[in-house]
Amino acid sequence: MKLDLILRVATKLLCPFILLFALYVQFHGDYGPGGGFQAGVIAAAMVILYAITYGLEPAKRAVPPAIAQAMIPLGVLIFAGTGVATMLLGDNFLAYNALDHHSPVHGQHLGILLVELGVLVTVAGTMVAVFYAFAGRGR
Amino acid sequence: MNSQLPALQIVLPLLGAVLCAVLRKGNLAWGVALVTSLAMPVISGLMLQDVLASGPISYAMGGWAPPFGIEYRVDAASGFLLLLISLIGAVIMPYARLSIAAEIAEQDVPWFYTMYLLCLAGLLGIAITGDAFNAFVFLEISSLSTYAMIAMGKDRRALLASYQYLIMGTIGATFFVAGVGLLYSMTGSLNFVDVADRLAEVGTSRPILAALGLITVGMSLKLALFPLHVWLPNAYAFAPSVATAFLAATATKVAVYLMLRFMFSIFGVSTTLANLPIGEIFVTLALAAMFGASIVAIFQENVKRMLAYSSVAQIGYITLGIGIANQAGLTGGIVHLFNHAIMKAALFMVLGAVVYRIGSVKIDALAGIGRRMPITMGAFVIAGLSIIGTPGTAGFISKWYLAVGAFEKGWWWLVFLLVTSSLLSVIYIGRVIEVTWFRPLSKEGEKASETPLSMLIPTLILVAATIYFGIDTSLTAGIASKAADALLAGLR
Repeated sequence: MKLDLILRVATKLLCPFILLFALYVQFHGDYGPGGGFQAGVIAAAMVILYAITYGLEPAKRAVPPAIAQAMIPLGVLIFAGTGVATMLLGDNFLAYNALDHHSPVHGQHLGILLVELGVLVTVAGTMVAVFYAFAGRGR
Repeated sequence: MNSQLPALQIVLPLLGAVLCAVLRKGNLAWGVALVTSLAMPVISGLMLQDVLASGPISYAMGGWAPPFGIEYRVDAASGFLLLLISLIGAVIMPYARLSIAAEIAEQDVPWFYTMYLLCLAGLLGIAITGDAFNAFVFLEISSLSTYAMIAMGKDRRALLASYQYLIMGTIGATFFVAGVGLLYSMTGSLNFVDVADRLAEVGTSRPILAALGLITVGMSLKLALFPLHVWLPNAYAFAPSVATAFLAATATKVAVYLMLRFMFSIFGVSTTLANLPIGEIFVTLALAAMFGASIVAIFQENVKRMLAYSSVAQIGYITLGIGIANQAGLTGGIVHLFNHAIMKAALFMVLGAVVYRIGSVKIDALAGIGRRMPITMGAFVIAGLSIIGTPGTAGFISKWYLAVGAFEKGWWWLVFLLVTSSLLSVIYIGRVIEVTWFRPLSKEGEKASETPLSMLIPTLILVAATIYFGIDTSLTAGIASKAADALLAGLR
């Protein structure tokens, strides 16, 4: 236990920055490299790192498996909901121009951001759920 | 709102699937699946009406105009297939509740409906999309959900069958996407119509031939063309009854449709097809399926597995239509795609009812059961007669068109083989009829009684449809003939 002090402290220090980086990749995604998938994987990697260093149970207390599982359909719902919203605003499915009736460019920005948010939620949830499923086997 | 129908056709089942996963309650999930499934034929019916009245519908996904954006395109061929898939889904869902509750563990039931709706969205998506890569994505959505549905079967062997299908299906999908990649590198486009236009300019070259080969083999794996069918019998035999009925009626048919699209609307446009013995290859493999699979079917002890082999044989008839490749032959192939879906779904639903009552589909367990479940097994007899191709049933119509197509080509020997292979189906269907009606009641059969109404009525609707479409062919053969015209138009 004493030997992994460096690992424990380093993990604790790194976790918030990993999450911050995930959010940076997410919000940077609509005009640069990055996006929801990468952001989701980075956010999930934070949880996995925490679980590897501190054990599965503390990780499950921090991010309960039920929440991870609920995130999977929730992200798809955000994605598809954006599409339905554009349809309700009178345009085609996922035609973001309709999201802002002053400027189509703003509409595109908002649309991409929302869709990528959906991707982030689903990908992060799936990664964590898959990790829990494998790590919890044989216990 | 009418202009949004193509998007709604896909978005509704997708949202339904998500809703099922969020709700996590068996009966609520079934309710969502039922409402969605019943809405589907309304949408596809309205679209088909539009298409027949005023030509193909084009829908620009996300407002990006084709060929750059993803185009959803409904013409006679895809509209017909959309109607078929959504009708089968709508008939099966009321049937599903009792059957699924009996065959699947309670905590897995909402996941089953999630997978079913995802599969529905994927299959409808393949039919509606006008974009080659989008077709691949939908192919994967439907396949992945199918693997999960098969693995939910009660028998432990379902897991192995699902794994086998996973491997074979993934190989098929990889071949397909590699072929699409080659086409893209040669033409610079993924839109079906655009690729066909550009292919005419590019002409025939080795990468194009390789793309044709890869796509043909990939799709043949998915549609279970004879030597590539090994995944199908186990997958159908061990999947939950509802999944088997749904998949047997739709999954392979969608792969046939995609193959038709590529063969006729894309490769057919250039001179690629004319110089290759594709027709001969398809006829040979189709004949091998019709005879080989039918003979194997005769010796099966598990009736569900027997019907699965019969499916491989019936897919032979459909591909025979592709091989004949004239108007009557192709019409026969497309009509058989529709008719076979209806009658095979009816047969598998009868078996689902048998599983619900006696828990087995071994042929010995079915002995004498006709006296305990007369209406259900009567339905089996009628749908079975349609598989054989008796006049007055839907199966006769498609075989008639195939025979006419063969005659027009001067292949009279093919007509002879068509009749001979039908005799083989007399043996395997006849065997079940003999056992269920004329043998003394089996030990398992003693607890049997007539099927509950919620399962019986959907089965009877499909059986009534096999008779109806055997007499009034204006809907099936009429639209199929238009679809064949639309597909063959590429060849002229």
